Amino acid sequence: MSMTSKLKEAMVGLKAGCVTLDYPARPRPVAENFRGRPIFDASKCIGCAGCANNCPAREILVFDVCQEVRVLKYLGRRCTYCGRCADVCPEKAITMSHEYETATGNIGDLQQRLDLFMSTCQRCGRCFKDTSPLEQLKLKGYRFDDLSNERWIFRSRAYLESEPLVDDIKIELD
Amino acid sequence: MLKNLCQKMFGRSLWVYHANSGGCNGCDIEVLNVLTPYYDVERFGIKLVGSPRHADVMLCQGPALRATARALRAAYDAMPAPKLVFAIGGCACGGGIWHDTYAVLGPVEKVIPVNFYIPGCPPRPEAIIYGVAVAVGLVDKKVAPVEFKELEMPIPRYHPSDLRGKDEMVVYEKMEKI
Repeated sequence: MSMTSKLKEAMVGLKAGCVTLDYPARPRPVAENFRGRPIFDASKCIGCAGCANNCPAREILVFDVCQEVRVLKYLGRRCTYCGRCADVCPEKAITMSHEYETATGNIGDLQQRLDLFMSTCQRCGRCFKDTSPLEQLKLKGYRFDDLSNERWIFRSRAYLESEPLVDDIKIELD
Repeated sequence: MLKNLCQKMFGRSLWVYHANSGGCNGCDIEVLNVLTPYYDVERFGIKLVGSPRHADVMLCQGPALRATARALRAAYDAMPAPKLVFAIGGCACGGGIWHDTYAVLGPVEKVIPVNFYIPGCPPRPEAIIYGVAVAVGLVDKKVAPVEFKELEMPIPRYHPSDLRGKDEMVVYEKMEKI
C-alpha cells in the first residue's frame, strides 16, 4: 500500500517537472509595464524641479550652485519606483526603466547627478516653464542647501511681506 | 574559474537570519518568496535560521526605529564574528518614505554596519537573489553612479567691448561660451 502511494507520489513529481528558476545564470524578463529604476535624461531636462517637489520619498534633490548652474541629484536609496517623477516631468526626461538588479555594496552607486545649465531671466533671475497640474498640489518642495552634507531646508513659496501678518514668535514649532 | 565558483557556491553556506525592525511586511514576503522552491535559494546553500547566534548573514528589513534600534543592535552583536548584513528594501537602505518622522531614526546603517544594499519597495525576489549572488561572487554588480555635466554652456556670452565696427558692419571678435 505504502509502496504504491510512493510510486504515485513519484509519478506526480515526475509530471510536475522542475519549477525552480535558473535565475542568476539566465536572465529573467519583467512585465511590459514594470517600473524599475528611473533613468534621468540630462539632454531633455529643463531643471523645473517638478520631480523633486513631487517625490514622496524626497529622493530627488535640487541645488543651485550659481545663477547659471542647477544640480539635480537622484539618490536612489529609498526610491519606491512609484513613477510620479516620470508623470510630472513636462519634458518626459525621466523614464522608468526595467532595471531592477540594483544590488550593490556601495549605496553611492545608485545616485544620478545632473549639472544643468539654466538661462538667466533679466527680470526674475530664473525662468521656468509651466509644470503639470500635479505640481499644483501644494506639496512641500525641498531643496538642500549643502551638497556635501545633504541637509534639507524647506523651500517656502510664500512672498515675503513687508509687514509680517502674524507674529513670528507666537508660532509654535512642533 | 569553475572550481573557484564551486568553492564559492558550496564551500560556504550562508545561514541567514531575518530581522524586521519595523518594516511593512512587504520585504518579508519577498524574502520568504525567495526561500520557496520557485526561486530556490537553497541552491546556494542559503538557509533560514531562527536565531542570530546561528547566522552568518542578517537580512534587515524596515528602517531603524526608535523602539527597535536597540534590539537590532543586540541581534547584530549576538551574531558570530564573520558576519554580513544585507539591507533589503528602501526602508533599510535609506530610511523609507517616513524617513523624517519622529519614530524613524533612519536607515539601518545608522545602527549596524551594512555590507550590501538591495533597494526597491519591495525588491523583486530576483533582485534579492541577485544581491545574494553579488555577495557570494557569482555575478558582478550592474549599477554605477551616473554624472552628467554640461562642460560647454549652450548660450554664448557677448561682451559689448568685443564688438568692433568695421565699415558698416559689426564684427563680433571673441565668441566665448559661458
